[in-house]
Amino acid sequence: MSPDLSVNICKIKMKNPLVLASGILGVTKASLKHVAGNGAGAVTIKSVSRERREGHNPPIILTEGEVMMNAVGYSNPGLAGAKKEFSGLDEIPVPVIASIIGEDAAQFGYMARNFLTGEFSAVEIPLSCPHTPGFGILGGHGTPEATRDITKAVKRHAKMPVIVKLSANVQAIGEVAKAAEKAGADAINVTNAIGPGMVIDVRAKRPVLGFGFGGLSGPPIRPVAVRCVYDVYESVRIPVIGTGGVTTGEAAAEMLMAGASAVGVGSGVYYRGIDVFKKISDELLGFMREEGYSGIKDMVGIVHD
Amino acid sequence: MTTAQRSERPRMLVIEKITAEAKDTSSFWFTGDLKAKPGQFVMLWIPGTGLKPFGVSYQDDGRFAVTVRKIGTFTEKLFGMKAGDRLGVQGPYGRGFSGKGGRIVLVGGGYGAAPLSFLADELVREGKEVFFINGAATKDHVLYRERFKGGKVHMIYSTDDGSLGHRGFCTDCLTGLLSKHKIGRVFCCGPEMMLRKAFEICLEKDIPAEFSLERHLKCGFGVCGSCCLDGTGWRVCREGPVFALDDMKKIAEFGQYKRDASGRVVKI
Ligand SMILES: Cc1cc2nc3c(=O)[nH]c(=O)nc-3n(C[C@H](O)[C@H](O)[C@H](O)COP(=O)(O)OP(=O)(O)OC[C@H]3O[C@@H](n4cnc5c(N)ncnc54)[C@H](O)[C@@H]3O)c2cc1C
Ligand SMILES: Cc1cc2nc3c(=O)[nH]c(=O)nc-3n(C[C@H](O)[C@H](O)[C@H](O)COP(=O)(O)O)c2cc1C
Ligand code: FES
Repeated sequence: MSPDLSVNICKIKMKNPLVLASGILGVTKASLKHVAGNGAGAVTIKSVSRERREGHNPPIILTEGEVMMNAVGYSNPGLAGAKKEFSGLDEIPVPVIASIIGEDAAQFGYMARNFLTGEFSAVEIPLSCPHTPGFGILGGHGTPEATRDITKAVKRHAKMPVIVKLSANVQAIGEVAKAAEKAGADAINVTNAIGPGMVIDVRAKRPVLGFGFGGLSGPPIRPVAVRCVYDVYESVRIPVIGTGGVTTGEAAAEMLMAGASAVGVGSGVYYRGIDVFKKISDELLGFMREEGYSGIKDMVGIVHD
Repeated sequence: MTTAQRSERPRMLVIEKITAEAKDTSSFWFTGDLKAKPGQFVMLWIPGTGLKPFGVSYQDDGRFAVTVRKIGTFTEKLFGMKAGDRLGVQGPYGRGFSGKGGRIVLVGGGYGAAPLSFLADELVREGKEVFFINGAATKDHVLYRERFKGGKVHMIYSTDDGSLGHRGFCTDCLTGLLSKHKIGRVFCCGPEMMLRKAFEICLEKDIPAEFSLERHLKCGFGVCGSCCLDGTGWRVCREGPVFALDDMKKIAEFGQYKRDASGRVVKI
């Protein structure tokens, strides 16, 4: 019998464990549909704030070989524009996860109350962006206290599972994950882009990114992401989504074994093309066949004693 | 296994020369083997100002150029630069024109003539017969009048005010050509309303055609999602900027609206 790739994480039913990570494409409904058509098990929208934002001045993304660096700066059309954009989501054949941002717990709560509709299967709250003033790490959202307050504010209004997205930059990541769990989070996603880092053009004598520095993603950050998933799995009982540097079926298997129940894929869209989801699924299936796993559950957290 | 080892970031290149093409429009020349196909674009970086896409307009003998119209913030800064200054160049990106077909018509409006002129060079090299409908606001705005003089490309001019060639829409000339000659394929680049008209003409006459679309591009290599089209979700920077007629039918926003830097919908 062919191995079963499907997963069911906090009531989100997916045909495979691969989730489009927030901010890679996902600006429009049509784009999410395009990604779903290329094999993703679920898709996440680009993060939405209350006010419209143009984001940082380009260049906003670069690659330096296998590492990607971005400082997009949360460009989005704002609450009203995004609400129009992301309606009629039944056109998308897989679960759609919302992503909302704010500068403090009250703004997160506002977004949860006013943006979320029953069309979304879950909502993700990134407390972990490394390069946008006022938000995520730069907004002081990476502490256990802020995580608790923001998670509670969103839980109060969201009638759907709440996923808290953390950063590998936080040393005591287990403590932050516990704070989220205690405040009612239904799942943890780790990690956002890390660093941040800087790439300088030595001829222009300037950083390349318009913002100067930006978060790292892509294959080189995978070992960091895997360690974070491992730590979070040890700390909480809620499911974990492992994100960071996954571009192959074996890398996805590694995330699952570290403790992830689903796997985020972002930069892989660049490194292997938009059909990266189809490619990873096929490779994962091949791996499971070879190693004798009948379902995803058989691999989740297998490295823990 | 990940395959891509190249780095997507600008390389600083010296502007070899700047040549005036028309009113407020100049070509910026660089040395280097870009290996671009007609219809592909590069991202130009002015450190401290920004990064914007421009179609490749010339390429041969280890040199290439882009032709830029002075419109706003970025291009004004660009026009302040001189030969010997350095500029970041990234790419080439996107999917260009197929170049298929026997007898060919090019329809260019404004700086849309830029990528088509590079295509014209290639088609002539392949020995194809090329009609180039080159449209602009006035005679002073028409690009490449010297470039194709005495050459093998049949140039047909069209201006809004009639100061050069046909007076009115350059798509009127397309209708004329299609009724006179058997045409293998039509390639179009220019303002979206012009593209829309050309699209309707080619659709009605059932002539194969390709269209180069312009949208707000931020990254240029398929990651940020700022250039995605409604109807299909295709990325202008990756699946485009050139789309075939049958694909254009599926692009719901064509001729209707586009998105700005924030992703907000704006009317065309
Ligand atoms: C694939 C692709 C290829 C391109 N190729 C070329 C090229 O070969 N040559 C070239 O000159 N440009 C080209 N462009 C457009 C170019 O990238 C910039 O958008 C344009 O130069 C304006 O930049 P700016 O910062 O100077 O003006 P902005 O500051 O962005 O704009 C200033 C004002 O002009 C208006 N405006 C912007 N674009 C246009 C337009 N096209 N027509 C009329 N008004 C406009 C804006 O609404 C605004 O009010 C291309 C774009 C794409 C997506
Ligand atoms: C261009 C880009 C934009 C991103 N934007 C967001 C965002 O808006 N919200 C968010 O939660 N994460 C964002 N991220 C982080 C990704 O969702 C992901 O956590 C990170 O890139 C690591 O995964 P990867 O190595 O598979 O890309 C972005 C990443 C990139 C590369
Ligand atoms: S410009 Fe970034 S995806 Fe096309």
